[in-house]
Amino acid sequence: MSVLVYVEADGGLIKKSSLEAVAYAAQVANMIGGSVVALATDKADNLADLGGYGANKVLQVSEPRLESRPVAAIATAIAQAAEKEGVSCIVMSRSSLVDAAAPRVGIKWNATVASNVTALPTQEGGFSVQRGVYTGKAFAKVVLNGERKILTIAKNILPANHNGGSAAIEPFSVDFGANDFAIKVLEVKKQEGDILLPEADRVVSAGRGLKGPENWGMIEDLAKTLGAATACSKPVSDLDWRPHHEHVGQTGIKVSPTLYIAVGISGAIQHLAGVSSSKTIVVINKDPEAPFFKSADYGIIGDAFEVVPKLKAALEKVV
Amino acid sequence: MKILVCICHVPDTTAKIKFNGSELDKAGVQFVIGPYDDYALARAVELKEKLGGSVTVLNVGEADTEPTIRKALAIGADDAVRVNAHPKDSLFVAKQIATHAKEVGYDLILMGREASDYNGGQVHGMVAELLGLPCIVPCMTLEIEGSVAKMGREIEGGKEYVECNLPLVAGCQEPIAEWKIPNMRGIMTARTKPLKVVEPTADQAAVETVSYELPPARSNCKMIDADDLDQLVKLLKEEAKVI
Ligand SMILES: Cc1cc2nc3c(=O)[nH]c(=O)nc-3n(C[C@H](O)[C@H](O)[C@H](O)COP(=O)(O)OP(=O)(O)OC[C@H]3O[C@@H](n4cnc5c(N)ncnc54)[C@H](O)[C@@H]3O)c2cc1C
Repeated sequence: MSVLVYVEADGGLIKKSSLEAVAYAAQVANMIGGSVVALATDKADNLADLGGYGANKVLQVSEPRLESRPVAAIATAIAQAAEKEGVSCIVMSRSSLVDAAAPRVGIKWNATVASNVTALPTQEGGFSVQRGVYTGKAFAKVVLNGERKILTIAKNILPANHNGGSAAIEPFSVDFGANDFAIKVLEVKKQEGDILLPEADRVVSAGRGLKGPENWGMIEDLAKTLGAATACSKPVSDLDWRPHHEHVGQTGIKVSPTLYIAVGISGAIQHLAGVSSSKTIVVINKDPEAPFFKSADYGIIGDAFEVVPKLKAALEKVV
Repeated sequence: MKILVCICHVPDTTAKIKFNGSELDKAGVQFVIGPYDDYALARAVELKEKLGGSVTVLNVGEADTEPTIRKALAIGADDAVRVNAHPKDSLFVAKQIATHAKEVGYDLILMGREASDYNGGQVHGMVAELLGLPCIVPCMTLEIEGSVAKMGREIEGGKEYVECNLPLVAGCQEPIAEWKIPNMRGIMTARTKPLKVVEPTADQAAVETVSYELPPARSNCKMIDADDLDQLVKLLKEEAKVI
């Protein structure tokens, strides 16, 4: 049985997390036997490259009304592609769009949904996957009943390597429902030019220890040196020192970069809930008792205002 | 304005999570209204105060969730429904909510963007699809003008402002409203507010949890001298291989 993988693009290029989803889908197809069909509803220049990550063919929906990314319409497109291709599993990488669309696809396509999946499935007990629960404090092993399955996967759980291949692109037309465009987008306010936090492979984050918004220049400089996104703790965004969409944690964005550098953040449990699945955590805090050191891989006890510029200088020698 | 707020009953965010085999060890764990649901409830109460109408809370849970439901009544909901069942999975819960909502008819169905126990984030979308309604998630601002809802939601790297006609479903998160703490009067009146218990529509769980595992502890944190940051860079490069 084949696997459908939904891919998203940003700025005309397939997102890294979607490439990971294609690689993941290829492994699932390998396990259950079958091929990988990719579906794209965003405009992208590198669709054929998906072949090199494991897709056997790519369906492309060209519909101007999808440019504003209406969740219900995209869910319709995904469910219809799955139906037409006769797949038994849909894989999507988590994003604000996918998190909203997956449950709708689940009902439309009559499938069992497991969200926030953190490893490849196994055939233990039928079809089982591991997913993150209790806000990062535990993992659950769940068995998915039913013939049709949908998995939304966390980022960075599998590398996406290109093997040089390419895939044929086929146009795919969707029969949209009357209510698919019921939500009207009035305005989109997007930060230009920055590395998007949920997608970032490296994150430099700072907390109330930075004392005020005027001190974020050094955090931005460090992030720039590393090609990282910037983030913050909740009080920092509550105080309006930084925009809300930079706040990570239980009530903010959950990130799983390969490198998370936390500067002047205490490491409260609610903050850890959003960052604990980072591969490597570096903590800079002047208080040797800061709880964050217990969850870090590397720690530096010191004043952020001295350590951060020195760290930037040390990094500049190698990156 | 008839508003339904769906709440879950979850361990307090600071609770230490342990398991007895495939069950959460509830000893010493305090249960609360789902933190995201709390925001949904707070906004529902604000909207009712402004526009009139009623707020009903619904929980799919066994009798032990009633103190959590009473807390929601103390915060300002008018009445409550408890669907008497263990919330097996998102689809099971969504079907119970949709069955009730279809019977009563609501202008707004609000809940948190996800529960902080299973973290499924599926119920709002499933309810909306089952009822043929639009759904906004994560809904961070919500204003009602006549029969139109104007909302703000977070997208990668920014915000999106949208509008749509009622009825609709929203999965809420802060800063949609100020969190409300029940006052003495609320706690007193909550005792006498109606709490109806209904039986679930029979449905099997589609996703079965078979076991839990705690994440591996991070190996002891290596402390680096603040005056030797070249050492950190070397470790990030050669040991962690992240730069
Ligand atoms: C329901 C709920 C949900 C929550 N959700 C979130 C969430 O999603 N994300 C989140 O982050 N928080 C969340 N919180 C808040 C959380 O509990 C903490 O209050 C918050 O994370 C603390 O932020 P902070 O570490 O920046 O600030 P503080 O706790 O004030 O810590 C500042 C740290 O900076 C250090 N410091 C001070 N000066 C310096 C210096 N010059 N150099 C180096 N270090 C310095 C201090 O030693 C201290 O450790 C939530 C709380 C609740 C109740």
